[in-house]
Amino acid sequence: MTTQQIRASRGYPDWLTTILQYVIAIFFAILVLIPLITTVIGGFKTNAELLLRPFGLPREWQFSNYTSVLVSEAFRRQLLNSTIVMVGTAIGVLLLSSMPAFVFSRMHFRGRDILFNFFTLGILFPLSVAILPLYITLRQLNLVDSHWGIILPQIAFGLPGNILILRGFFIALPRELDEAAAIDGCTPAGFFVRVLLPLMVPALAAVTVLTMVGSWNNFFLPLLVLNNEQLYTLPMGIMQFQGQFGTDWPRVLAFITLSLVPTIAFYLYAERYIVAGLTAGAVKG
Amino acid sequence: MQQASTSLSERSTVRRKPIKWDQLATIVGFLLPATLLYVGLVLLPVLQSIYFSFFRWNGLGPLQNFIGLGNYTRILGDRVFLNALGHNLLIVVLSIVIQLPLALGLALLVRGQMRGRSIFRMIFFLPFVLSEVVVGVIWNFVYKPQGGLVNTLLQMISPNSEPTAWLATPNTVLYAVFVVIAWKYFGYHMTLYLAGLQNIPTELEEAAQIDGCSRLQALRYITIPLLGSTIRLTIYLSVLGSLQLFDLVWVMTTGGPVGASDTMATYLYKYGFQRFQLGYGSAIAVIMFAICFGFSLIYQRVVMRRDFE
Repeated sequence: MTTQQIRASRGYPDWLTTILQYVIAIFFAILVLIPLITTVIGGFKTNAELLLRPFGLPREWQFSNYTSVLVSEAFRRQLLNSTIVMVGTAIGVLLLSSMPAFVFSRMHFRGRDILFNFFTLGILFPLSVAILPLYITLRQLNLVDSHWGIILPQIAFGLPGNILILRGFFIALPRELDEAAAIDGCTPAGFFVRVLLPLMVPALAAVTVLTMVGSWNNFFLPLLVLNNEQLYTLPMGIMQFQGQFGTDWPRVLAFITLSLVPTIAFYLYAERYIVAGLTAGAVKG
Repeated sequence: MQQASTSLSERSTVRRKPIKWDQLATIVGFLLPATLLYVGLVLLPVLQSIYFSFFRWNGLGPLQNFIGLGNYTRILGDRVFLNALGHNLLIVVLSIVIQLPLALGLALLVRGQMRGRSIFRMIFFLPFVLSEVVVGVIWNFVYKPQGGLVNTLLQMISPNSEPTAWLATPNTVLYAVFVVIAWKYFGYHMTLYLAGLQNIPTELEEAAQIDGCSRLQALRYITIPLLGSTIRLTIYLSVLGSLQLFDLVWVMTTGGPVGASDTMATYLYKYGFQRFQLGYGSAIAVIMFAICFGFSLIYQRVVMRRDFE
């Protein structure tokens, strides 16, 4: 007996459940999409039209909002700044969490587990607990108003969780690899770089992609660390833009739309890595 | 014969000679940079938070105004903080009662063989990858009193209704913020549920239906209990997220109007970075941490214990 037959025998007409299923799913999909779509289209309206008819297509398509953002130096600079911070953080997290994860899973020495627990303790501390002294530390290190002041704390707070996740993946790789590499005269570092890392590419991709999204979206740290507009990342730029053109909503919406383009493109490209990383992270963490 | 003996001796030299130094160098070299960053930027600041919390300090001069638990008694007697804590707890409750069941329902809806399920999943998960700032500004537009989406829609339905300033009215602001939280994060929880559902064989439900269960009974007595560990996990993540809520609130209301949407984190930010009361701010951070940590400990011991086997 197939599922269909079972349902039919229990008195639910199959087409009815199917239709109901689609009605609910489409309803929620619309709820998700409407704010986004009206944002994109709102950027093409005049201020007066947006006020009267926020829904629907513009009577006359205005391109000036989008072009004014596109030609503005500030927008391109913020894109570049966000990219610099994101790439720096991703490289740092990748290097600095895969190396300890390797040591904690593959090497044997006294105190290893204590050291590992010492690192994973960090999962308990959200950024907000440390934020005030962290700010003072950054000030003493002259990292306020520099991208390093965002990159380094982002790496540091990413370490505990990512070491934990990557260690899990390292442990899953077969032990026999170690012996084979040792017999072939491979050093531990060589074994890590030439044998294990290539096998870990899917896990590393998941960690990297999540780190990139987190860095791209981070607001709290840039809010504290950056005063100089030249260094602003996109979220800071959006806040500033909204403050500046608060009543000129079409322009704000155009700015938002353009800042969404890289995120959504990246999402469409990397969705399965994001999902894989999240589920691995949530389950292991 | 000869070959065998050389390879044997080679192997023993590999074992004996370089291994110790090599290993030590690798261990130190691989751990040192991460340890420095972790200790310097995570662990020490956390400890300093605790230390600073016993002083009255503006962050500039030397730390000398030791006031013991003075900051703590002041916080716990401050209505504004207690209200902020209450707002966090309201978001916690709303998330568990509304957001998570919604996410679970949608996960059950788009699993299995529904056509176009991957498109629905992709749409539902999309808001999660957008930044809090982008989402906050978009919803500022949605909630705008004049020409915002919500009020325009309401006026289409009943033309005489007064436009409401959803984010500027103390009675509505928290619920308005919660809607945005649910909009942004339900897809994340749905994705976790879908991952959990993948581990449950569909044969179980089918077998139950053959034995005379209705679909609802099969869900209630088989699927949901088997999904227990995922449900407990999402509750855990959702509570911790709600207790630490900052970005969305800051972008949409900065805690206003008159503190009606303050959370512990916005309260911390206002005292720490706007009024530069670093001792007081640190004490807030410590209390926030104690609440989160206390919850984690109790929840993991009592509720999630069975999932750690």
